[in-house]
Amino acid sequence: MSATPVRPGADAIVAKGWLAAHKWLILRRSSQFGILMLFLVGPWFGLWIVKGNLNFSYTLNFLPLTDPYIILQSLLARQIPEKLVLTGMVIVLLLYLLVGGRSYCSWVCPVNLLTDFAYWLRVRLGLKGSAHISRPTRYWMLAMTLVAAAVTGSIVWEMLNPVSMMHRGLIFGLGLGWAVLLAVFLFDLFVMRHGWCGHLCPVGAFYSLVGKLSLTRVALPARDACNDCMDCFAVCPEPQVIRPALKAIAGTPPVILEANCTNCGRCIDVCSKNVFAFGTRFNTTVAPVTGVPQAAPK
Amino acid sequence: MDNENKPSTAARRQFLADTARMACGVGLLGLGVGLYATHARALPPAAIRPPGALPEADFSAACIRCGLCVRDCPFNILHLAKPEEPLSTGTPYFVARQLPCEMCEDIPCVKACPTGALDHSLKDINKSKMGLAVLVDHETCLNFLGLRCDVCHRVCPVIDKAITLVPLSNPRTGKHTLFIPTVHSDHCTGCGKCEKACPTEVASIKVFPLYMAKGQLSSHYRLGWVEKEKAGGSLVAPDLEHRYNMPEGMKYESGKGLSSGAPPAPAPGAPPGGASGLPKALQGNKL
Repeated sequence: MSATPVRPGADAIVAKGWLAAHKWLILRRSSQFGILMLFLVGPWFGLWIVKGNLNFSYTLNFLPLTDPYIILQSLLARQIPEKLVLTGMVIVLLLYLLVGGRSYCSWVCPVNLLTDFAYWLRVRLGLKGSAHISRPTRYWMLAMTLVAAAVTGSIVWEMLNPVSMMHRGLIFGLGLGWAVLLAVFLFDLFVMRHGWCGHLCPVGAFYSLVGKLSLTRVALPARDACNDCMDCFAVCPEPQVIRPALKAIAGTPPVILEANCTNCGRCIDVCSKNVFAFGTRFNTTVAPVTGVPQAAPK
Repeated sequence: MDNENKPSTAARRQFLADTARMACGVGLLGLGVGLYATHARALPPAAIRPPGALPEADFSAACIRCGLCVRDCPFNILHLAKPEEPLSTGTPYFVARQLPCEMCEDIPCVKACPTGALDHSLKDINKSKMGLAVLVDHETCLNFLGLRCDVCHRVCPVIDKAITLVPLSNPRTGKHTLFIPTVHSDHCTGCGKCEKACPTEVASIKVFPLYMAKGQLSSHYRLGWVEKEKAGGSLVAPDLEHRYNMPEGMKYESGKGLSSGAPPAPAPGAPPGGASGLPKALQGNKL
């Protein structure tokens, strides 16, 4: 490598300070590790706050939380679960309708820690090139898992699903599951940029469907202040979601409505111009920009 | 095709090619997953499901692999299957030879199940059918060898119902009795205590999933003695008294053995039908 490229977010650190330029990243990692720890303090220290795993958990013998995706597979395999599970499913659906469908991916899912690490390493090692699989492939994967459940009459995707395999494995014993996780890691590192989470994972695809209607979204109240530094595109795991809202393509309001935005908030962190902020899907107004000349329409 | 349509045709071709590629790739993966799943369809013999588990085909659809049964088992006997184990990843099981089910009266594992994969209508643990014990090896079972090991019988939580000791004569010595541990499927819960306790190096009695362990008579089979009892008498011609060819002056009576000459007249005052002097077990005229 000739010149060391300026890392995305460098401007933001200068403009806002390191902490403000990593605020959402720190919160997000805290959430990911925190949720994992809530599950782990039981088996590790006998402190039973949460029992179960991400498929179904029971908090303080009071709060049921159910993954709607596994219930959908169970229903297609012709089994109707009981009331507690259905209650937990409604709670989870309402929660993600509130905070954003794929918030699951960036704030809860343990595989995200793995694939984010793979991406970080990929950038650090300067690995270029990436296999091409189109992003909608994840919906084919989703359909495949649902068809497989219906045809076999069994929740077959659970046999391979790296998401539940990792979470369940960390809590109940991983076994050879590490090989599957290593495969996902190496795939993301060497074969394909944002390969698993960004293109293939059917769990993410399912939650993106919830995200089509969810309330919390990344808004762009100051999109006119954008200086085209491209840092947000560099850090975004789903960069295709930014452009329409940022560049007002076809009159898109200044809010990222694309369902595959994971609400990770990294774009908010790395933007030195404070273009982004968390808001709701109804944030349609652009704040007037002071002192920055309006970019001429292209 | 006219020239105007060329760009859209190319785009459409590209779209169709991309779609076909995705569909084929994902379809192949799906086929792989499906085939892999069929391998895990039949429960391997050493893995026993917790009490109240639905039949395997329903269980793999109803169990959401949350592990709450594992958590609520007070004896920590349940595991969730790991990917390399030959049953559906993440589903609960136990291995009787390692730790058998303790058959808790309140069945906490069933209560913990949020989906009904462990059937909540199971209220009496003695009615559970986790599997069925089978005395698999007659060559190594110590009772079969003539010893009074009896360990499987002694540890059985449903002793004398699920496992009984059936006396048979020992043809090797000609004068001893073999006490054969005999499993009765209508009482055996499949807890696995017998397999755990069996003192032979490899257990001679083992618990298997019900589908492996239980035979079934053909539907047209009738048990003669049962039918006879139901009908209140022989269903064919009236029972003939058996004729013995005896040495002169000797008489054989079922249950009494050989005797000489005419039977002694019952002593006055003796209970009718009762043959005084004989042990109670040998009284009566039926085998």
